[in-house]
Amino acid sequence: MNKKLYSPLIFELSNAGSKGFSLPHYDYGKINDTLPDNLLRTSPANLPEVDEPTLVRHYTNSSNNNFGVDTGFYPLGSCTMKYNPKINEAAVELAQVANLHPAQPADTVQGALKIYRTLEKALCEIGGMSEFTLNPFAGAHGEYTGLMVIRAYHQSRADEARRKVLVPDSAHGTNPASAAMAGFDIVEVKSLADGTVDLDDLSSKLGDDVAAMMMTNPNTVGMFEKNIPAIAKAVHQAGALLYYDGANLNPMLGIARPGDMGFDVMHINLHKTFSTPHGGGGPGAGPVGVRAGLEQFLPNPRVTVDANGKLSVEMNSTAFGQISAWLGNFTVLIKALAYILNMGAEGLSKAGKLATLNANYIMHSLRDLFKLPIDGPCKHEFVFDGLADKSTGVTTLHVAKALLDHGFHAPTIYFPLLFHESLMIEPTETESKRTLDEFIEVMRNIALEASSNPDKIKNAPYETPVSHPDEDSAALKPILTYMDLCTTTL
Amino acid sequence: MSDNKYLPHSEADIAAMLQRCGAKDVDDLFDDVPAELRLKEPYKLPEPMSDAELELFFRQIGRQNKTMTIFAGGGFYHHYTPRAVTSLLSRSEFLTAYTPYQPEISQGTLQYIFEYQTMMCKLTGMDVSNASMYDGSTATAEAVVMAVNASRRKRRVLISATLAPAVARVIGTYATAAGIIIEVIPEDRGVTNRSELNEMIKAGDVAAVVVASPNWYGIVEDFAGIADLCHANKALFIVNAHASALGVLRTPAEWGADIACGEAQSLGMPLNYGGPGLGYMCCTRELMRKMPGRIVGATTDAHGRRTFVLTLQAREQHIRRQKATSNICSNQGIMTLHAAAYLGLMGDKGLAEVNRLGFDAAHALAQGLCETGKVKMAYPNQPFLNEFVIETMPPLSSDKILDAAAKDNILAGIKLTDNQLLVAATEMCSPEDVKRYVELVKAI
Repeated sequence: MNKKLYSPLIFELSNAGSKGFSLPHYDYGKINDTLPDNLLRTSPANLPEVDEPTLVRHYTNSSNNNFGVDTGFYPLGSCTMKYNPKINEAAVELAQVANLHPAQPADTVQGALKIYRTLEKALCEIGGMSEFTLNPFAGAHGEYTGLMVIRAYHQSRADEARRKVLVPDSAHGTNPASAAMAGFDIVEVKSLADGTVDLDDLSSKLGDDVAAMMMTNPNTVGMFEKNIPAIAKAVHQAGALLYYDGANLNPMLGIARPGDMGFDVMHINLHKTFSTPHGGGGPGAGPVGVRAGLEQFLPNPRVTVDANGKLSVEMNSTAFGQISAWLGNFTVLIKALAYILNMGAEGLSKAGKLATLNANYIMHSLRDLFKLPIDGPCKHEFVFDGLADKSTGVTTLHVAKALLDHGFHAPTIYFPLLFHESLMIEPTETESKRTLDEFIEVMRNIALEASSNPDKIKNAPYETPVSHPDEDSAALKPILTYMDLCTTTL
Repeated sequence: MSDNKYLPHSEADIAAMLQRCGAKDVDDLFDDVPAELRLKEPYKLPEPMSDAELELFFRQIGRQNKTMTIFAGGGFYHHYTPRAVTSLLSRSEFLTAYTPYQPEISQGTLQYIFEYQTMMCKLTGMDVSNASMYDGSTATAEAVVMAVNASRRKRRVLISATLAPAVARVIGTYATAAGIIIEVIPEDRGVTNRSELNEMIKAGDVAAVVVASPNWYGIVEDFAGIADLCHANKALFIVNAHASALGVLRTPAEWGADIACGEAQSLGMPLNYGGPGLGYMCCTRELMRKMPGRIVGATTDAHGRRTFVLTLQAREQHIRRQKATSNICSNQGIMTLHAAAYLGLMGDKGLAEVNRLGFDAAHALAQGLCETGKVKMAYPNQPFLNEFVIETMPPLSSDKILDAAAKDNILAGIKLTDNQLLVAATEMCSPEDVKRYVELVKAI
């Protein structure tokens, strides 16, 4: 990553008369029609005019101001920033889907449908579920889809008074947001001091007005919810369903399956556990799995197989509806399947264990200098509540920014909301002991310097392309396009 | 333990790490997982494949996919993907990054999103764009939810019957859950029935009206007057438009739209059997704080340098939880780089030329097909850009055309009914391809 800022925008490289495209000079013969003027745009869009070398250089230079997993350690908690194998990208090319139209007849896309079906089967095995839809585009989209399945289930039983969804106070923000979009009222369940769900509080909130409980296990403080059998029992006795947020599935690989824990519906973030790249925010994929008895509610379109093994795409009249035009972010599905086939059962199991070992190793190497609010073996991630020494005024934000100077991405900060100074670290299994040791050394130095020279840490970073952006004025005076920029002074 | 090229740990590493953790075995770290929940045997998955075997596997899969000459659209169009764009998208500094939470080391991502937002505003004519939605259908569904939230208490949303059926179904899903009443404005000869719209909106309680351009039948509708009608009734006007077509068509802003949304796959993104495409959403400045999704803004850093950051985050789920404008977190990310780089290369001229080629190819095909005397235009005299509906005359049928074309490796369109076929053309259909299509219909 380049420490010097490359700042021009593509609009500032525009040169009237330059061109960056090459299109055929086809002549289709005489065309009798034209579009009437009243249907045409009245002013030009004024897109930039740039040649190809200029444009390629522009984005290449701009990419040098960016930090990815390929650049360095990215311990962003709950995001599972593992290495993205290069062969995943090759699989997309080899599968020959680039020019497949989603409306092509089934007999011309058997390969694509086989990918869908094979991945669905693998996820069923890993999740302990009966069937999956791979259509959801992202984790939050999967949560929404899963909640709509739950809604349809209760409706099918004429049990529509169930308006509430329970979420632990440690839940990812998407959980309550997805439940709200699915039309539910949200009720928070308290956590105990060890970060796990308070069974008494849960019991007091369960009733015949509860549709579902959403959980992630291990939870967002990295603790395995060991009372999960009791929780599942209580939820099911109340007639509600248990939803598994798969954002934290990675450490469970080869250890335990959500289906066996008693979860009825789950989603998986393929861009987390199954190594497809995060792409600076997407595209991801959030397949949703259900236990036996809920399959009929999964959204359309569905991929089905006949007695002869022929695959097709069908609409199912019992589906709760549709959440995508086609079969989701298809190339992301290919990459995830490539990863699963590459790793096999044994490789996946090792991944889950080493992700857990890596997290515990960091935790034990720093717990004397950082405040560890919850003790005990963590799973893939853990949370510090800032520095142990609170007298210096050095906050979690300062620690995060200081890390950037040392070639590390910051951990997730100020989440979960259980602690004031949350610093959530998830190393993943693809980081070597050497990398972890370097990170630990830097974290220890930051902690020590926070005491000896707090101002130095508070003013970091020093070595990044930009430092201390004025985020308040960005929100107060939003400048959201180049046109805005041209008419305002920053 | 390792024996896997993605897992860097040696036995010695593991031993040293376990020692620090005070554990004897990695399994000790899972003592808190109750025994009855533990997997008793490994996952039943195929034996792990080496890279070479994996390539062979996907090559064999690839042989079971048939690349056709595509005369189908329905929201996904086969355009040329410039290799420069493909190449830039593979840069791992972009591809392997997360959402740009740390602006100091994410200026690359933030900059291209800002460029993307700008270009979408230029295309739609709107003031503000977000950093993408999943696809055109969810973008439109979220636009409906956004409009209802902005209206506060209104519950009815009128959607034109000429919207793509999948988009209408996804709107239906989102609306049901949100307690929104969706009513369909009937169509009249392939376009939104204006007198029905007038009557429906006068009944009151309408939060928004949704139309499409070009619509499901490929027709470019004239929306003059709809915005005024909406605004007189305190409803928002939502226009779903294919991004590429906006290079030449009247923009949502020019029609008076409050929200513009839709699918941007037509900006040279590979078909990829339906995804990833790119949902986009733009709106007026007044509605900015009601918009779902990420938004990038410009500011300065401590040294006065122009800097880009995620902004207006108080709308989002990680801050507002159940009170957020949407649950969206991951979006289509790097596909916005695709859009920005594609539009940067194409410019106004390239986009106009792509639209001209599609227009000419589609019109030549429509003329040629009608001249066979075996089909006619389902919506004669309705203006279209690069997509249209043909109606077969007995004994010809949609299936007969599709089957005959498939034998010649042509995807002749999307079947609407037994005698109606939705046909599209782009610059990827050469004059010879068009001729081939006409000839095969003649020969049936």
